[in-house]
Amino acid sequence: MADILKRNKALSVNPLKASQPVGGSLATLGFNRAMPMLHGSQGCTAFAKVFFVRHFREPIPLQSTAMDQGSSVMGADENVREGIRTIAEKSRPALITILTTGLAETQGCDVQRNVREFREANPEFADVAVVAVNTPDFSGSVETGYAATLTEIIRALVPDAKDAGTCPGKRKRQVNVLVSYMLTPGDLEALRDIFEQFQLRPVFVPDISDSLDGCLTDEDFSPVTTGGTSLSEMATLGDALATVVIGPSLIKAAELLEQKTGVPSYFLDHLYGLKANDALISVLAEISGQDVPERLERQRSQLQDAMLDTHFMLGQLRIAIGADADLLAAFVDLVQEMGAEVVAAVTSCNVPLLARIPVANIKIGDLEDLEHIGKVNKAQLVIGNSHAVDTAERLGTPILRAGFPLYDIIGGYQLTWIGYRGTRQTLFDLANLVINYSHEEIPVYRSVYAQKPASEITDYPLSCH
Amino acid sequence: MLYEMAQGLLLVKLNKAIGKAAMKSTKDIAELLDEPACEHNKKEKSGCAKPKPGAAAGGCAFDGAQIALLPIADVAHIVHGPIACAGSSWDNRGTRSSGADLYRIGMTTDLTEQDIIMGRSEKRLFHAIKQAIETYSPPAVFIYNTCVPALVGDDIGAVCKSAEERWGVPVVPIDSAGFYGTKNLGNRIAGDAMVKYVIGTRDPDPLPLNTAPSGIKVHDVNLVGEYNIAGEFWHVLPLLDELGLRVLCTLSGDARFREVQSMHKAEVNMMVCSKAMVNVARKLQQQYGTPWFEGSFYGITDTSQALRDFAKALDDADLTARTEALIQREETRIRKELEPWKVRLKGKRVLLFTGGVKSWSVISALQDLGMVVVATGTKKSTEEDKARIRELMGEDTVMIDDGSPRALLKIVHDYKADILIAGGRNMYTALKAKVPFLDINQEREFGYEGYQGMLELVRQLALTIESPVWKAVRAPAPWKKQECSGEQKSLQREEAA
Repeated sequence: MADILKRNKALSVNPLKASQPVGGSLATLGFNRAMPMLHGSQGCTAFAKVFFVRHFREPIPLQSTAMDQGSSVMGADENVREGIRTIAEKSRPALITILTTGLAETQGCDVQRNVREFREANPEFADVAVVAVNTPDFSGSVETGYAATLTEIIRALVPDAKDAGTCPGKRKRQVNVLVSYMLTPGDLEALRDIFEQFQLRPVFVPDISDSLDGCLTDEDFSPVTTGGTSLSEMATLGDALATVVIGPSLIKAAELLEQKTGVPSYFLDHLYGLKANDALISVLAEISGQDVPERLERQRSQLQDAMLDTHFMLGQLRIAIGADADLLAAFVDLVQEMGAEVVAAVTSCNVPLLARIPVANIKIGDLEDLEHIGKVNKAQLVIGNSHAVDTAERLGTPILRAGFPLYDIIGGYQLTWIGYRGTRQTLFDLANLVINYSHEEIPVYRSVYAQKPASEITDYPLSCH
Repeated sequence: MLYEMAQGLLLVKLNKAIGKAAMKSTKDIAELLDEPACEHNKKEKSGCAKPKPGAAAGGCAFDGAQIALLPIADVAHIVHGPIACAGSSWDNRGTRSSGADLYRIGMTTDLTEQDIIMGRSEKRLFHAIKQAIETYSPPAVFIYNTCVPALVGDDIGAVCKSAEERWGVPVVPIDSAGFYGTKNLGNRIAGDAMVKYVIGTRDPDPLPLNTAPSGIKVHDVNLVGEYNIAGEFWHVLPLLDELGLRVLCTLSGDARFREVQSMHKAEVNMMVCSKAMVNVARKLQQQYGTPWFEGSFYGITDTSQALRDFAKALDDADLTARTEALIQREETRIRKELEPWKVRLKGKRVLLFTGGVKSWSVISALQDLGMVVVATGTKKSTEEDKARIRELMGEDTVMIDDGSPRALLKIVHDYKADILIAGGRNMYTALKAKVPFLDINQEREFGYEGYQGMLELVRQLALTIESPVWKAVRAPAPWKKQECSGEQKSLQREEAA
C-alpha cells in the first residue's frame, strides 16, 4: 500500500541504519554458550561491541578475525580458521558464528569453505557448532542480518525430521517461537508468561531474555553467553506442536524450519496493539485447545479501558517514526489503532514488508530525512532510537525511545511493549509524552467591564481585541 | 554469483589501485609506525604484535583516526564506507564543544553493494562532499577512508582534491582503512593528515586588544592530544588564560578548523595524551622549530608540573614567577577542599587498567589522594610511559599487558583491589564480578582534569567505593544455606574486621 521512496542523496546524514553483522551478532547472542566472530578488521568488532554494551549494559562476547593489511590483500582464509580454533580452544563454546563484513566480502571470502576446512583439520572440535553467514554491511540492516543468521543457524542445527526421527506434536506442550529482533528481553519474559497460561512451553529461538536480561550470576566472568536457547533444544524443534513466528522478517527462517521438521507455522507480524494480541491469543487457544484464561480476558479489558482513556491524547496525533521494517509496521498498526496519523515513516533498507504497511509512503533513508519529512508534515511526536533524540529536539517534539540502540536511558532493553499489558503501558507512555502538548491553550481574555479585584487589574494588562 | 562478479571486477580495481597507489602501501604504514621520537623505536622489535584472530581486542585505524579528529567541532566529518563504520560509531564520544556542533551530525557515504561492484563509490563520495557543503557550509570537510573503498582502490586523495577545487572549501583526505592497523596507528594517520594538509595554512589572528592584564607578555601555545572529554579542559583553560598563555589550538578538543590551521605559529607544544599523536609534535618541531614537551593535567602534581614546563620552555622569568604564585594559590585551595575526601579514600587499593599516558598520569592523581595503586595496565603504553610508571610506583610494580576480563579479575582478587579503574569497555566485566568501577576513557561523563577536576574524581571514587550496593549484591539471599564459597568467607571476614 505504501509508496517506497528510495534513497536519492549521496550522503547519509545521521544514519538510522545499523549493519548486518550487528544483527547477526544479536541473533547469535540469543543462544547458550555462543560466540559471534565478525570476519573483518578489528574495528568492525570493536564498534559492534560498544553498540551492544551501551544498549544492554552487559559484557558482550564478540570476536574478530582481525584482518590486517596482508590478509586483506592476500586472502584471509587462515584468519577464519585460526579464529575458530582459538575460540574453540580458549572457551569451548557450544556455538560459533562467523559473520562476514563488507571488507571480507569485497575481498571475496568463502567462509563456508573455511568452515569445512576447519572441520577437516580439527576433528577434535567436532562438538563445537560453527555456522558461517554472509552478512556484509554494504547491504541490508540489523533486521536482515539477524534474519539471515537465524536462518543459517536453523539450517545447521535443526535436524531434518526424516534423519532425526522427530515428529510434530510428539512434545505435546512445546511450541517453537521464532522471534524478531524487535522483541526485547522484557517482551520475551512477558510472552513466556502468556504461553504458560495456556499450559504451553515456549522455546524461543533465539532467546535473549535468558542471555541479555541483565542477570547477576555467581560466576565472575564468562567468555561466552550464559543463557539463551540451548543447542540441545534446537534438536527438539521437530517434536513441537507448532511454531509461532513473530516478525515478517523471519518468514524465510520459518519456511526452512517447517520444511525441515514439518511442524506447522503460525505467522504474526508483531504483538503491538489490541488486534495483534487478539491474533496471538486466538492462535494460542487454537494450538493448546484451551479456553482463554480469565487473567488474559481481564488484561484485555484493561487495555480497552486504557484505549478509551488515551484516545483523547493520541487521536489525530501526528507521529514520525524511524525504525527497521518489522518495528515500523508494529508501531504504525499500534498508533493507527488509536486514531493517530503517521506523517513520517523512515526505514533503513528496502524489504518486501514495506509495501504492505498502511501509510501513504515510506522513505528509505536516515534521521535527516525523518527530520525533514517530520518538519514539513508538522509531526507532534517522534518514535525512534536514542540517536533520534536530537532529531526530536530540533523538531521541538517529545520522543518515545524505541528500537536499537537505546543508550541514553537505563533499562531500555527491558521495556515490555507487547501483550495486552505491554501495549497498555505503551499507550500510557505515549499519552504522557503529549498530555501537555496535544491541545493548544486558549489565550486568556480579560474584559474591560469585569469586576475582578483591583490587584488583578493592575497586575495584568487588558486584552485588546 | 554477485560476489564472483565482484571479485573479477575487484582484480581489475586492485591493479588500478596499485598503479595509482591509492591504498596506503606497506611502506607508508611502516613509516608511520617508525616514530623517531618514540622510545619503542630503539627496541629490536618495534610496533605492536600482530593481533590474533579469535583473541583480538581493541579498535582499528579508522576508529583511532576518527577519535583523534572528531572533536574538531565545525568540520563536516564524512566516513567513506559501508554502514558498519559510521552506523555504530557516530555521536559516540564524551567530547564537548563551546559552540559549533557540526561534529555531532553523523555523515557517511553508506556504500551499497552496487556502488562497490559497479565502481561508483568515488562518484558517490564526490557528490556527498557537495551535499555536505551545500547543506552545512562547513569551513572544511574531512574524509575518512575505510576498508572497503581502500580495498577497491578508491583514490580519495584525488576526489578530495577535485572537490576542493570545484567548491573552494578545503577537503582533507584521512586515509585510515581499518585493516592498516591499530587505533594508535589511526591517531598518527590523523595527525599526519593535519600536518600535511591543514597546519600552516593560516596565520593566527592578531591578539585581541585589552584582553591580557597590562605588562604581561602573551605567549602562543598548542595542546596536542587534548580531547576535552566532558568539558574537562575548561577546568584548565582559565588558568592558562590567567598566565597569558594563548592556546592557538587544542588538537582536537573544542577545536575549530581555523585554529588547527594556525598551529604552526605556537612557541611551544604540549603533548597531552601519551604518544598517540607524537608525530604531530615531532613534525612541527622539524618544520617550524617548535619545541614540545609531554605532560598531563590529571592530578595536582602533574597539573602543576605541566604549568611549570610551559614556563620553562618559554624561558620567561616573569611567567615563571606568576606560574609559581598561581600554583601555590591553586594547590593550597584544592588541598584544603580535598582534605575531607582524602580521609575517606586513603589506603584504598586501585587496579588501574588503561592505555597510554593515563597509566602514569592517573597514578600520580591517585597517589595525591593517598590511594595505593596495586597494578597498572601498560598495553598501549610506550617504553617512556613505562619508565615513568616505574619512577612513580617503584621497580617491581605490576604491569599488566593481558587485558582480558579473566586476567583483570584475577589481579583484582590477588591484590585485593578495592576498585578497578579502566575504560568503559571493562565496566560490565567489573560490575558482573561485583567489583567497584570508575570509567576513565573517552566515553565517560565526568571531567577529571586540572585542580578542580580532582574534586569530581574523588566524588566519583567515593561514590562507588562506599556504595551500600556492594554488600547487597554480594550477600546470598537469606533463605540460601550458609554454605559459603571461599571468596564469600573472606569477604565476611573483611566485613567483620
